[in-house]
Amino acid sequence: MNYLASIGSYALMVIEVFKKPTKWRIMKALILKEIDELIYGSLGILVFISFFIGGVVAIQTALNITSELIPKYLVGFATRQSIILEFAPTFCSIIMAGKVGSYITSSIGTMRVTEQIDALEVMGVNALNYLVFPKIIAMMLYPFIIAISMYVGIFGGWIAGVFGGFSTSADFVEGVQLDFIPFHVTYAFIKTLVFAFILATIPSFHGFYMKGGALEVGKASTTSFVWTSVVIIILNYILTQLMLG
Amino acid sequence: MIEVKNIHKSFGDAHVLKGISSVFDKGKTNLIIGQSGSGKTVFLKCLLGLFTPEEGTISYDGKIYDELSSKEQRDLRQEMGMVFQGSALFDSLTVEGNVMFPMEMFTKQSRSEMQDRVDFVLKRVNLIDAHHKYPSEISGGMQKRVAIARAIVMNPKYLFCDEPNSGLDPKTAILIDNLIKEITEEYDITTVINTHDMNSVMEIGEKIVFLKNGLKEWEGTKHEIFKTDNEAVTNFVYSSELFKKVRQMYIEERN
Repeated sequence: MNYLASIGSYALMVIEVFKKPTKWRIMKALILKEIDELIYGSLGILVFISFFIGGVVAIQTALNITSELIPKYLVGFATRQSIILEFAPTFCSIIMAGKVGSYITSSIGTMRVTEQIDALEVMGVNALNYLVFPKIIAMMLYPFIIAISMYVGIFGGWIAGVFGGFSTSADFVEGVQLDFIPFHVTYAFIKTLVFAFILATIPSFHGFYMKGGALEVGKASTTSFVWTSVVIIILNYILTQLMLG
Repeated sequence: MIEVKNIHKSFGDAHVLKGISSVFDKGKTNLIIGQSGSGKTVFLKCLLGLFTPEEGTISYDGKIYDELSSKEQRDLRQEMGMVFQGSALFDSLTVEGNVMFPMEMFTKQSRSEMQDRVDFVLKRVNLIDAHHKYPSEISGGMQKRVAIARAIVMNPKYLFCDEPNSGLDPKTAILIDNLIKEITEEYDITTVINTHDMNSVMEIGEKIVFLKNGLKEWEGTKHEIFKTDNEAVTNFVYSSELFKKVRQMYIEERN
Protein backbone atom coordinates (compact mmCIF):
# COMPACT_ATOMS: atom_id res chain seq x y z
CA MET A 1 0.00 0.00 0.00
CA ASN A 2 2.85 2.34 0.85
CA TYR A 3 4.36 1.87 -2.58
CA LEU A 4 1.03 2.68 -4.23
CA ALA A 5 0.67 5.80 -2.08
CA SER A 6 4.20 6.86 -3.05
CA ILE A 7 3.47 6.34 -6.75
CA GLY A 8 0.32 8.45 -6.35
CA SER A 9 2.22 11.20 -4.53
CA TYR A 10 4.91 11.13 -7.21
CA ALA A 11 2.29 11.53 -9.97
CA LEU A 12 0.67 14.44 -8.12
CA MET A 13 4.09 16.03 -7.64
CA VAL A 14 4.83 15.80 -11.38
CA ILE A 15 1.49 17.49 -12.19
CA GLU A 16 2.18 20.22 -9.61
CA VAL A 17 5.63 20.89 -11.14
CA PHE A 18 4.00 22.15 -14.32
CA LYS A 19 1.44 24.39 -12.58
CA LYS A 20 1.76 28.09 -11.73
CA PRO A 21 5.06 28.75 -13.49
CA THR A 22 7.77 30.96 -12.07
CA LYS A 23 8.61 34.19 -13.94
CA TRP A 24 10.61 33.40 -17.08
CA ARG A 25 13.38 35.87 -16.14
CA ILE A 26 14.03 33.93 -12.92
CA MET A 27 13.40 30.52 -14.46
CA LYS A 28 15.93 31.17 -17.24
CA ALA A 29 18.67 31.80 -14.70
CA LEU A 30 17.68 28.69 -12.73
CA ILE A 31 17.73 26.51 -15.86
CA LEU A 32 21.20 27.75 -16.83
CA LYS A 33 22.44 27.07 -13.29
CA GLU A 34 21.04 23.54 -13.38
CA ILE A 35 22.56 22.88 -16.83
CA ASP A 36 25.90 23.85 -15.34
CA GLU A 37 25.42 21.65 -12.25
CA LEU A 38 23.70 18.61 -13.73
CA ILE A 39 24.95 18.41 -17.33
CA TYR A 40 28.27 20.23 -17.61
CA GLY A 41 29.25 19.05 -14.12
CA SER A 42 28.69 15.40 -15.10
CA LEU A 43 30.53 15.52 -18.41
CA GLY A 44 33.97 14.77 -16.95
CA ILE A 45 33.02 11.66 -15.00
CA LEU A 46 30.93 10.25 -17.87
CA VAL A 47 33.73 10.78 -20.42
CA PHE A 48 36.23 9.17 -18.04
CA ILE A 49 34.05 6.12 -17.34
CA SER A 50 32.93 5.74 -20.98
CA PHE A 51 36.51 5.73 -22.23
CA PHE A 52 37.62 2.95 -19.91
CA ILE A 53 34.45 0.88 -20.16
CA GLY A 54 34.73 1.05 -23.96
CA GLY A 55 38.29 -0.21 -23.61
CA VAL A 56 37.26 -3.04 -21.30
CA VAL A 57 34.40 -4.12 -23.58
CA ALA A 58 36.85 -4.32 -26.51
CA ILE A 59 39.40 -6.32 -24.51
CA GLN A 60 36.80 -8.72 -23.06
CA THR A 61 35.30 -9.33 -26.49
CA ALA A 62 38.71 -9.96 -28.03
CA LEU A 63 39.74 -12.32 -25.24
CA ASN A 64 36.55 -14.35 -25.68
CA ILE A 65 37.07 -14.85 -29.38
CA THR A 66 38.91 -18.12 -29.36
CA SER A 67 37.70 -19.60 -32.64
CA GLU A 68 39.56 -18.70 -35.82
CA LEU A 69 36.20 -18.82 -37.62
CA ILE A 70 34.95 -15.72 -35.83
CA PRO A 71 35.95 -12.60 -37.78
CA LYS A 72 38.26 -10.08 -36.04
CA TYR A 73 35.98 -7.17 -36.84
CA LEU A 74 33.63 -8.55 -34.18
CA VAL A 75 35.61 -6.61 -31.54
CA GLY A 76 34.60 -3.26 -33.07
CA PHE A 77 31.08 -4.47 -33.81
CA ALA A 78 30.48 -5.73 -30.23
CA THR A 79 31.99 -2.58 -28.74
CA ARG A 80 29.71 -0.36 -30.85
CA GLN A 81 26.60 -2.36 -30.10
CA SER A 82 27.30 -2.61 -26.34
CA ILE A 83 28.12 1.07 -26.01
CA ILE A 84 25.25 2.45 -28.12
CA LEU A 85 22.51 0.08 -27.00
CA GLU A 86 23.20 -0.35 -23.32
CA PHE A 87 26.30 1.15 -21.81
CA ALA A 88 25.83 4.80 -22.80
CA PRO A 89 22.10 5.15 -22.18
CA THR A 90 21.55 2.74 -19.28
CA PHE A 91 24.82 2.23 -17.43
CA CYS A 92 25.59 5.95 -17.58
CA SER A 93 22.10 6.68 -16.21
CA ILE A 94 22.77 4.43 -13.21
CA ILE A 95 25.99 6.37 -12.63
CA MET A 96 24.02 9.60 -12.97
CA ALA A 97 21.47 8.31 -10.42
CA GLY A 98 24.37 8.24 -7.97
CA LYS A 99 25.97 11.52 -8.97
CA VAL A 100 23.13 13.80 -10.01
CA GLY A 101 20.37 11.98 -8.10
CA SER A 102 22.05 12.19 -4.71
CA TYR A 103 22.92 15.85 -5.38
CA ILE A 104 19.28 16.66 -6.19
CA THR A 105 17.88 14.76 -3.19
CA SER A 106 20.37 16.19 -0.72
CA SER A 107 20.06 19.78 -1.96
CA ILE A 108 16.24 19.75 -1.94
CA GLY A 109 16.19 17.71 1.28
CA THR A 110 18.46 20.23 2.99
CA MET A 111 16.13 23.01 1.85
CA ARG A 112 13.24 21.07 3.42
CA VAL A 113 15.11 20.54 6.71
CA THR A 114 16.18 24.18 6.96
CA GLU A 115 12.63 25.40 6.20
CA GLN A 116 13.68 27.06 2.92
CA ILE A 117 10.85 25.22 1.12
CA ASP A 118 8.39 26.44 3.77
CA ALA A 119 9.72 29.95 3.15
CA LEU A 120 8.99 29.61 -0.59
CA GLU A 121 5.48 28.32 0.10
CA VAL A 122 4.71 31.08 2.60
CA MET A 123 5.72 33.63 -0.04
CA GLY A 124 3.20 32.04 -2.42
CA VAL A 125 5.85 30.52 -4.71
CA ASN A 126 5.08 27.11 -6.27
CA ALA A 127 8.12 25.46 -4.69
CA LEU A 128 7.88 22.38 -6.91
CA ASN A 129 7.89 24.46 -10.08
CA TYR A 130 10.71 26.64 -8.76
CA LEU A 131 12.91 23.71 -7.69
CA VAL A 132 12.08 20.78 -9.97
CA PHE A 133 11.06 22.30 -13.31
CA PRO A 134 14.52 23.77 -14.07
CA LYS A 135 16.07 20.38 -13.30
CA ILE A 136 13.72 18.61 -15.75
CA ILE A 137 14.50 21.13 -18.50
CA ALA A 138 18.25 20.95 -17.81
CA MET A 139 18.14 17.15 -17.95
CA MET A 140 16.57 17.31 -21.42
CA LEU A 141 20.13 18.08 -22.55
CA TYR A 142 21.23 14.74 -21.13
CA PRO A 143 21.17 13.02 -24.57
CA PHE A 144 24.00 15.35 -25.64
CA ILE A 145 26.37 14.00 -23.02
CA ILE A 146 25.21 10.47 -23.81
CA ALA A 147 26.12 11.11 -27.46
CA ILE A 148 29.58 12.20 -26.31
CA SER A 149 29.72 9.11 -24.09
CA MET A 150 28.97 6.91 -27.13
CA TYR A 151 31.79 8.45 -29.16
CA VAL A 152 34.27 8.33 -26.30
CA GLY A 153 33.31 4.74 -25.42
CA ILE A 154 33.89 3.52 -28.96
CA PHE A 155 37.10 5.53 -29.12
CA GLY A 156 38.24 3.90 -25.86
CA GLY A 157 37.50 0.51 -27.39
CA TRP A 158 39.56 1.40 -30.47
CA ILE A 159 42.51 2.57 -28.34
CA ALA A 160 42.43 -0.56 -26.14
CA GLY A 161 41.84 -2.88 -29.08
CA VAL A 162 44.49 -1.46 -31.38
CA PHE A 163 47.19 -0.45 -28.90
CA GLY A 164 46.61 -3.54 -26.75
CA GLY A 165 47.23 -5.71 -29.79
CA PHE A 166 43.76 -7.29 -29.74
CA SER A 167 42.64 -5.97 -33.12
CA THR A 168 43.92 -4.02 -36.06
CA SER A 169 42.58 -0.52 -36.64
CA ALA A 170 41.08 -1.59 -39.97
CA ASP A 171 39.27 -4.58 -38.43
CA PHE A 172 37.95 -2.48 -35.56
CA VAL A 173 36.69 0.31 -37.85
CA GLU A 174 35.13 -2.27 -40.17
CA GLY A 175 33.29 -3.75 -37.17
CA VAL A 176 32.10 -0.34 -36.02
CA GLN A 177 30.66 0.37 -39.49
CA LEU A 178 29.21 -3.09 -40.08
CA ASP A 179 25.41 -3.46 -40.23
CA PHE A 180 24.87 -0.10 -38.60
CA ILE A 181 21.17 0.47 -37.86
CA PRO A 182 20.45 4.17 -37.29
CA PHE A 183 17.29 3.31 -35.33
CA HIS A 184 19.51 1.89 -32.56
CA VAL A 185 20.77 5.41 -31.91
CA THR A 186 17.19 6.75 -31.95
CA TYR A 187 16.22 4.00 -29.51
CA ALA A 188 19.14 4.92 -27.26
CA PHE A 189 18.20 8.61 -27.27
CA ILE A 190 14.51 7.89 -26.56
CA LYS A 191 15.62 5.78 -23.57
CA THR A 192 17.97 8.54 -22.49
CA LEU A 193 15.21 11.16 -22.54
CA VAL A 194 12.93 8.94 -20.44
CA PHE A 195 15.77 8.28 -18.00
CA ALA A 196 16.56 12.02 -17.89
CA PHE A 197 13.02 12.70 -16.69
CA ILE A 198 13.34 9.94 -14.07
CA LEU A 199 16.75 11.26 -12.97
CA ALA A 200 15.29 14.73 -12.39
CA THR A 201 12.00 13.77 -10.76
CA ILE A 202 12.51 10.73 -8.51
CA PRO A 203 15.42 12.29 -6.54
CA SER A 204 13.41 15.54 -6.31
CA PHE A 205 10.44 13.58 -4.93
CA HIS A 206 12.59 11.97 -2.24
CA GLY A 207 14.14 15.30 -1.28
CA PHE A 208 10.95 17.35 -1.37
CA TYR A 209 8.83 15.05 0.77
CA MET A 210 11.50 13.95 3.24
CA LYS A 211 10.90 14.39 6.95
CA GLY A 212 13.42 14.72 9.76
CA GLY A 213 16.91 16.16 10.02
CA ALA A 214 20.39 15.86 8.58
CA LEU A 215 20.57 12.09 9.07
CA GLU A 216 17.34 11.64 7.12
CA VAL A 217 18.78 13.70 4.24
CA GLY A 218 21.50 11.06 3.92
CA LYS A 219 18.96 8.25 4.12
CA ALA A 220 16.73 9.96 1.54
CA SER A 221 19.72 10.24 -0.85
CA THR A 222 20.39 6.51 -0.53
CA THR A 223 16.71 5.60 -0.99
CA SER A 224 16.50 7.93 -3.96
CA PHE A 225 19.52 6.28 -5.62
CA VAL A 226 18.05 2.81 -5.10
CA TRP A 227 14.62 3.73 -6.48
CA THR A 228 15.97 5.75 -9.40
CA SER A 229 18.17 2.78 -10.39
CA VAL A 230 15.30 0.30 -10.00
CA VAL A 231 12.95 2.40 -12.12
CA ILE A 232 15.63 2.91 -14.79
CA ILE A 233 16.29 -0.84 -14.97
CA ILE A 234 12.57 -1.66 -15.23
CA LEU A 235 11.92 1.05 -17.84
CA ASN A 236 14.98 -0.10 -19.76
CA TYR A 237 13.42 -3.54 -20.06
CA ILE A 238 9.98 -2.19 -21.02
CA LEU A 239 11.35 0.27 -23.61
CA THR A 240 13.63 -2.35 -25.12
CA GLN A 241 10.72 -4.77 -25.44
CA LEU A 242 8.53 -2.07 -26.98
CA MET A 243 11.06 -0.67 -29.44
CA LEU A 244 13.27 -3.60 -30.34
CA GLY A 245 11.24 -6.65 -29.32
CA MET B 1 -6.22 42.13 12.51
CA ILE B 2 -6.36 38.34 12.51
CA GLU B 3 -9.34 36.60 14.02
CA VAL B 4 -9.18 32.91 14.82
CA LYS B 5 -12.40 31.06 15.66
CA ASN B 6 -12.45 27.57 17.14
CA ILE B 7 -9.77 25.95 15.02
CA HIS B 8 -9.06 22.24 15.21
CA LYS B 9 -6.18 20.42 13.59
CA SER B 10 -5.25 16.75 13.78
CA PHE B 11 -2.49 14.59 12.35
CA GLY B 12 -3.75 11.00 12.24
CA ASP B 13 -4.88 10.19 15.76
CA ALA B 14 -3.09 13.16 17.30
CA HIS B 15 -5.55 16.01 17.94
CA VAL B 16 -3.04 18.87 18.08
CA LEU B 17 -5.30 21.95 18.15
CA LYS B 18 -8.55 21.46 20.04
CA GLY B 19 -10.60 24.57 19.36
CA ILE B 20 -8.50 27.72 19.70
CA SER B 21 -10.05 31.17 19.34
CA SER B 22 -8.31 34.51 19.65
CA VAL B 23 -7.91 37.94 18.08
CA PHE B 24 -4.54 39.41 17.11
CA ASP B 25 -4.63 43.17 16.80
CA LYS B 26 -2.98 45.37 14.21
CA GLY B 27 0.12 47.32 15.24
CA LYS B 28 0.73 45.05 18.21
CA THR B 29 3.16 42.26 18.96
CA ASN B 30 1.06 39.22 19.77
CA LEU B 31 2.92 36.35 21.41
CA ILE B 32 1.98 32.69 21.46
CA ILE B 33 3.69 30.91 24.31
CA GLY B 34 3.59 27.40 25.70
CA GLN B 35 5.72 24.36 26.31
CA SER B 36 7.16 22.27 23.51
CA GLY B 37 4.40 20.11 22.04
CA SER B 38 1.63 22.50 23.08
CA GLY B 39 0.69 23.16 19.44
CA LYS B 40 2.36 26.56 18.93
CA THR B 41 4.07 25.73 15.64
CA VAL B 42 0.98 23.99 14.21
CA PHE B 43 -1.10 27.01 15.22
CA LEU B 44 1.34 29.39 13.51
CA LYS B 45 1.40 27.22 10.38
CA CYS B 46 -2.41 27.34 10.32
CA LEU B 47 -2.23 31.14 10.50
CA LEU B 48 0.24 31.09 7.60
CA GLY B 49 -2.02 28.88 5.51
CA LEU B 50 0.56 26.06 5.43
CA PHE B 51 -1.86 23.79 7.33
CA THR B 52 -5.61 23.74 6.77
CA PRO B 53 -7.65 23.38 9.97
CA GLU B 54 -10.37 20.71 9.88
CA GLU B 55 -12.75 22.97 11.74
CA GLY B 56 -12.99 26.68 12.52
CA THR B 57 -12.09 29.81 10.58
CA ILE B 58 -9.20 32.24 10.31
CA SER B 59 -9.95 35.71 8.97
CA TYR B 60 -7.48 38.38 7.94
CA ASP B 61 -9.00 41.87 8.23
CA GLY B 62 -12.43 40.32 7.73
CA LYS B 63 -11.46 38.00 4.84
CA ILE B 64 -12.05 34.36 5.78
CA TYR B 65 -9.14 32.36 4.32
CA ASP B 66 -11.16 29.25 3.42
CA GLU B 67 -13.72 31.31 1.51
CA LEU B 68 -11.10 32.94 -0.74
CA SER B 69 -10.31 31.64 -4.24
CA SER B 70 -6.86 30.13 -4.87
CA LYS B 71 -5.73 33.38 -6.47
CA GLU B 72 -7.03 35.44 -3.55
CA GLN B 73 -5.27 33.08 -1.14
CA ARG B 74 -2.01 33.52 -3.08
CA ASP B 75 -2.46 37.29 -3.06
CA LEU B 76 -3.10 37.18 0.68
CA ARG B 77 0.04 35.10 1.19
CA GLN B 78 2.00 37.88 -0.48
CA GLU B 79 0.79 40.19 2.28
CA MET B 80 2.40 37.92 4.86
CA GLY B 81 6.00 37.97 6.00
CA MET B 82 7.54 35.13 7.93
CA VAL B 83 10.69 34.89 10.03
CA PHE B 84 11.53 31.22 10.51
CA GLN B 85 13.22 29.72 13.56
CA GLY B 86 16.37 28.91 11.61
CA SER B 87 16.03 32.03 9.41
CA ALA B 88 15.44 29.83 6.31
CA LEU B 89 17.61 32.02 4.09
CA PHE B 90 18.36 30.63 0.63
CA ASP B 91 21.92 29.32 0.78
CA SER B 92 22.57 29.91 -2.89
CA LEU B 93 21.67 33.61 -2.74
CA THR B 94 23.55 36.51 -1.17
CA VAL B 95 22.00 38.63 1.57
CA GLU B 96 20.89 41.08 -1.12
CA GLY B 97 19.53 38.24 -3.28
CA ASN B 98 17.56 36.83 -0.37
CA VAL B 99 15.93 40.16 0.43
CA MET B 100 15.27 40.93 -3.23
CA PHE B 101 13.80 37.47 -3.89
CA PRO B 102 10.10 38.21 -3.11
CA MET B 103 10.27 41.40 -5.19
CA GLU B 104 11.81 39.60 -8.14
CA MET B 105 9.12 36.94 -7.92
CA PHE B 106 6.07 39.12 -7.49
CA THR B 107 6.70 42.67 -8.68
CA LYS B 108 7.46 44.29 -12.01
CA GLN B 109 9.79 46.86 -10.50
CA SER B 110 13.01 47.77 -12.27
CA ARG B 111 16.33 46.54 -10.94
CA SER B 112 17.19 50.00 -9.55
CA GLU B 113 13.83 50.33 -7.77
CA MET B 114 14.32 46.90 -6.19
CA GLN B 115 17.89 47.79 -5.25
CA ASP B 116 16.72 50.99 -3.54
CA ARG B 117 14.10 49.08 -1.55
CA VAL B 118 16.63 46.39 -0.56
CA ASP B 119 19.12 49.05 0.57
CA PHE B 120 16.37 50.71 2.59
CA VAL B 121 15.21 47.58 4.44
CA LEU B 122 18.74 46.34 5.07
CA LYS B 123 19.56 49.74 6.55
CA ARG B 124 16.36 49.52 8.61
CA VAL B 125 17.53 46.26 10.19
CA ASN B 126 21.00 47.74 10.70
CA LEU B 127 22.79 45.65 8.10
CA ILE B 128 24.91 47.97 6.02
CA ASP B 129 27.90 46.04 4.71
CA ALA B 130 26.53 42.55 4.26
CA HIS B 131 24.86 42.92 0.83
CA HIS B 132 27.18 40.57 -1.03
CA LYS B 133 27.80 38.02 1.70
CA TYR B 134 26.22 34.58 1.69
CA PRO B 135 24.13 33.37 4.67
CA SER B 136 26.92 30.99 5.69
CA GLU B 137 29.32 33.95 5.99
CA ILE B 138 27.28 35.92 8.54
CA SER B 139 26.40 35.36 12.22
CA GLY B 140 23.11 33.94 13.52
CA GLY B 141 21.95 37.39 14.66
CA MET B 142 22.70 38.86 11.25
CA GLN B 143 20.86 35.98 9.58
CA LYS B 144 17.80 36.78 11.71
CA ARG B 145 18.02 40.42 10.64
CA VAL B 146 18.23 39.39 6.99
CA ALA B 147 15.19 37.16 7.54
CA ILE B 148 13.32 40.13 9.03
CA ALA B 149 14.40 42.33 6.11
CA ARG B 150 13.14 39.68 3.65
CA ALA B 151 9.88 39.42 5.57
CA ILE B 152 9.19 43.17 5.47
CA VAL B 153 10.53 44.01 2.01
CA MET B 154 7.07 43.63 0.41
CA ASN B 155 5.40 45.81 3.07
CA PRO B 156 3.43 42.95 4.61
CA LYS B 157 0.22 43.45 6.57
CA TYR B 158 0.95 40.40 8.70
CA LEU B 159 4.29 39.35 10.17
CA PHE B 160 4.82 35.91 11.69
CA CYS B 161 7.91 34.91 13.63
CA ASP B 162 8.68 31.39 14.81
CA GLU B 163 10.98 31.57 17.82
CA PRO B 164 12.98 34.49 16.44
CA ASN B 165 15.41 34.38 19.38
CA SER B 166 16.37 30.75 19.35
CA GLY B 167 20.11 30.23 19.27
CA LEU B 168 20.92 33.88 19.96
CA ASP B 169 22.79 35.37 22.91
CA PRO B 170 20.61 37.43 25.33
CA LYS B 171 21.83 40.79 24.04
CA THR B 172 21.25 39.96 20.37
CA ALA B 173 17.90 38.39 21.32
CA ILE B 174 16.75 41.68 22.85
CA LEU B 175 17.94 43.57 19.76
CA ILE B 176 15.88 41.28 17.54
CA ASP B 177 12.83 41.57 19.84
CA ASN B 178 13.00 45.34 19.82
CA LEU B 179 13.52 45.44 16.08
CA ILE B 180 10.36 43.36 15.55
CA LYS B 181 8.40 45.60 17.92
CA GLU B 182 9.64 48.80 16.23
CA ILE B 183 8.80 47.47 12.78
CA THR B 184 5.35 46.36 13.95
CA GLU B 185 4.53 49.84 15.24
CA GLU B 186 6.24 51.70 12.40
CA TYR B 187 4.42 49.85 9.60
CA ASP B 188 1.23 49.08 11.58
CA ILE B 189 1.59 45.35 11.01
CA THR B 190 -0.29 42.53 12.76
CA THR B 191 2.60 40.58 14.25
CA VAL B 192 2.29 37.10 15.73
CA ILE B 193 5.36 35.63 17.43
CA ASN B 194 5.78 32.06 18.55
CA THR B 195 8.15 31.84 21.49
CA HIS B 196 8.97 30.16 24.76
CA ASP B 197 11.48 32.82 25.69
CA MET B 198 10.22 34.65 28.79
CA ASN B 199 12.57 37.56 28.13
CA SER B 200 10.70 38.17 24.87
CA VAL B 201 7.41 38.00 26.74
CA MET B 202 8.55 40.68 29.17
CA GLU B 203 10.21 42.77 26.46
CA ILE B 204 7.57 42.92 23.73
CA GLY B 205 4.49 40.91 24.82
CA GLU B 206 1.60 43.28 24.19
CA LYS B 207 -0.79 40.37 23.95
CA ILE B 208 0.07 36.88 25.10
CA VAL B 209 -1.77 33.68 24.32
CA PHE B 210 -0.73 30.67 26.40
CA LEU B 211 -1.35 27.27 24.80
CA LYS B 212 -1.41 23.99 26.66
CA ASN B 213 -2.13 20.60 25.09
CA GLY B 214 -3.70 22.23 22.02
CA LEU B 215 -6.02 24.49 24.00
CA LYS B 216 -5.88 28.17 24.83
CA GLU B 217 -5.21 28.09 28.56
CA TRP B 218 -4.88 31.81 29.15
CA GLU B 219 -4.52 35.15 27.38
CA GLY B 220 -3.59 38.61 28.56
CA THR B 221 -0.80 41.20 28.55
CA LYS B 222 2.73 41.06 29.91
CA HIS B 223 1.55 42.99 32.95
CA GLU B 224 -1.29 40.58 33.62
CA ILE B 225 0.86 37.48 33.30
CA PHE B 226 2.61 38.32 36.60
CA LYS B 227 -0.69 38.62 38.42
CA THR B 228 -2.44 35.55 37.09
CA ASP B 229 -3.30 32.69 39.39
CA ASN B 230 -3.57 30.23 36.52
CA GLU B 231 -1.38 27.37 37.71
CA ALA B 232 -0.29 26.21 34.25
CA VAL B 233 0.81 29.73 33.33
CA THR B 234 2.68 30.33 36.60
CA ASN B 235 4.39 26.93 36.33
CA PHE B 236 5.55 27.85 32.83
CA VAL B 237 6.50 31.46 33.51
CA TYR B 238 8.26 30.82 36.80
CA SER B 239 10.11 27.70 35.79
CA SER B 240 13.44 29.55 35.95
CA GLU B 241 15.05 30.76 39.19
CA LEU B 242 15.35 34.28 37.77
CA PHE B 243 11.63 34.62 37.22
CA LYS B 244 10.84 33.01 40.58
CA LYS B 245 12.83 35.84 42.18
CA VAL B 246 11.09 38.42 40.00
CA ARG B 247 7.70 37.09 41.15
CA GLN B 248 8.86 37.12 44.79
CA MET B 249 9.93 40.74 44.43
CA TYR B 250 6.64 41.58 42.76
CA ILE B 251 4.63 39.96 45.58
CA GLU B 252 6.75 41.71 48.22
CA GLU B 253 6.31 45.03 46.44
CA ARG B 254 2.53 44.51 46.25
CA ASN B 255 2.32 43.68 49.96
